[in-house]
Amino acid sequence: MTALALESLSVTLGGARVVDGLAATVEPGEWVALIGPNGAGKTTALRAVAGLVGYDGEVSIFGDDAGRLSRRQRARALALVPQVPLLPRDVSVREYVLLGRTPYLTYFGSERRVDHEAVDEALDHLDLVALQHRRLETLSGGERQRATLARALAQDAPILLLDEPTAALDVGRQQQVLELVDSLRSQRGLTVLSTMHDLTLAGQYADRLLLLDRGRLVAAGSAREVLTRPLISEHYGAEVALVETETGFVVVPVRGTIANGA
Amino acid sequence: MRLAAAAVFLAAALLTGVLVGPVDLGALTVVHATFAHVLGLHSPLSGADDAILWQLRLPRVILGALVGGTLAAAGAAYQGVFRNPLADPYLLGAAAGAGLGATLVAAYAPGSGLSGDLLPLSAFAGAGVAVVAAYVLGRSAGAAAGPAALILAGVTVASFFTALQIFVQQQHVDTVQQVYSWLLGRLSTAGWREVAIIAPYAVASWLILLGHRRLLDVLAVGDDEAAALGVNVARVRLLVVVAATIATAAAVAVAGLIAFVGIIVPHTIRLLIGGSYRLLLPLSIVVGAGFLVFADVIARTVMSPAELPIGVVTAFFGAPFFAVILRTSRRAA
Repeated sequence: MTALALESLSVTLGGARVVDGLAATVEPGEWVALIGPNGAGKTTALRAVAGLVGYDGEVSIFGDDAGRLSRRQRARALALVPQVPLLPRDVSVREYVLLGRTPYLTYFGSERRVDHEAVDEALDHLDLVALQHRRLETLSGGERQRATLARALAQDAPILLLDEPTAALDVGRQQQVLELVDSLRSQRGLTVLSTMHDLTLAGQYADRLLLLDRGRLVAAGSAREVLTRPLISEHYGAEVALVETETGFVVVPVRGTIANGA
Repeated sequence: MRLAAAAVFLAAALLTGVLVGPVDLGALTVVHATFAHVLGLHSPLSGADDAILWQLRLPRVILGALVGGTLAAAGAAYQGVFRNPLADPYLLGAAAGAGLGATLVAAYAPGSGLSGDLLPLSAFAGAGVAVVAAYVLGRSAGAAAGPAALILAGVTVASFFTALQIFVQQQHVDTVQQVYSWLLGRLSTAGWREVAIIAPYAVASWLILLGHRRLLDVLAVGDDEAAALGVNVARVRLLVVVAATIATAAAVAVAGLIAFVGIIVPHTIRLLIGGSYRLLLPLSIVVGAGFLVFADVIARTVMSPAELPIGVVTAFFGAPFFAVILRTSRRAA
């Protein structure tokens, strides 16, 4: 069964149509990346899928209309990692990861053993066991990103929504985070829908790319099909070169109109 | 462990509160007599001493504990629900509304006086009206505007009510002293009447706030992420604000405006123990109760037989204490 199906998904914010008739599917276990220039509607589309903004059209999660699911049911199916997570002050890593169990608890309820076990597992997966009693504000940027991912894992949702998972990380941390997401995906059979800024990383890690421009889906397919010089030039207004490497290819910006890539 | 330490602090405060005074009652006798009263047995104290304990000191100490616990818990809850470290229980205009209510009674019904039944009721109603007005105004800005709109609405309503209060006061200059002594806060009791007024609101709000302590932790990650975790953010915020505000209004009605407790107690606990509301809320109630009872002991002894307004004591001793905590915890971090 399809993990996520979007049918003519549209979002209007302040009178502007930010996402316009988006149709897409994500299969179980697949990693699909939403790419596009600034303001293309990538993040808004992701937020609509997460149920954080109102939308027209339909979002189905494993065949169920998301609009009919309760908040908690939706949160058990989808875990969201925002671009800049708001980290509470004076709270330990473990307490923070424990918040991921919220969709499984009743209103006044508190965590049970199974919830603590899920947290132990998430901390272990993200190599945070030694840091679990540290306060969040004492962690480095990469460690914080891992703590946020651990919270999403503790949520035990089959679908992971990542908004710019590598924003504000250096090139090494970017790779580490994406490798981590990829290994979690295969170990736990997760489905990933992410927005990505960096075209090279998007091409290397995602199975399929969806290129948005001004709210509309303008191209979809594998990296080779979407990351072409004409498409990037048309929608990003950028001159790029596509350089072949042993494991794929990289997208590099080139100055002026003399592009001499592969 | 930490709750036990806080309970010891509260017990010490309560005992000090009933022991300190012009008449020496004796620690063991006091404890014995208190249990005798509660269990309906014969009190070991003489008639006059027993009245001092049961009609004067004990109601006052219990009132201090209820008001202190309520203000500290309400402050902690407001800070969580608005994600604003400066939020205090009076944030949404409760103080200004209660001040107007009290001034109206002092100006237009002077016969009933400060010890009358009317002033607490009027202050309670004023606080309630102000907070409801702020909430309605804040929500009309739309849910997307979030907590900032509510805080702005609170500031707007508070300035309007304060203007009305000053206007009424200017028309009735003779009430100025009466109103100000009320605004500065005081714990004075006529038997158990004040305790009976606040106790149901205080206990109900403590229970509601304690029930929300895990959800307050969830709100700390932001409205969006809390919603993505399946939480109805607007409903949690409304319930917590209503519980905290009703209790604050009841506290204001019986004790006037007592500054600083709602800020200093939760922040001291945050710095010393941590920011998770699971511990922060219960500790705020217990420590806030003990803190206000100690402050009241100071208020009624330093200038004895005259009494200092308790709001002056909480700020005078609270501010330097908090400054020390702020400095030391920063070094440790």
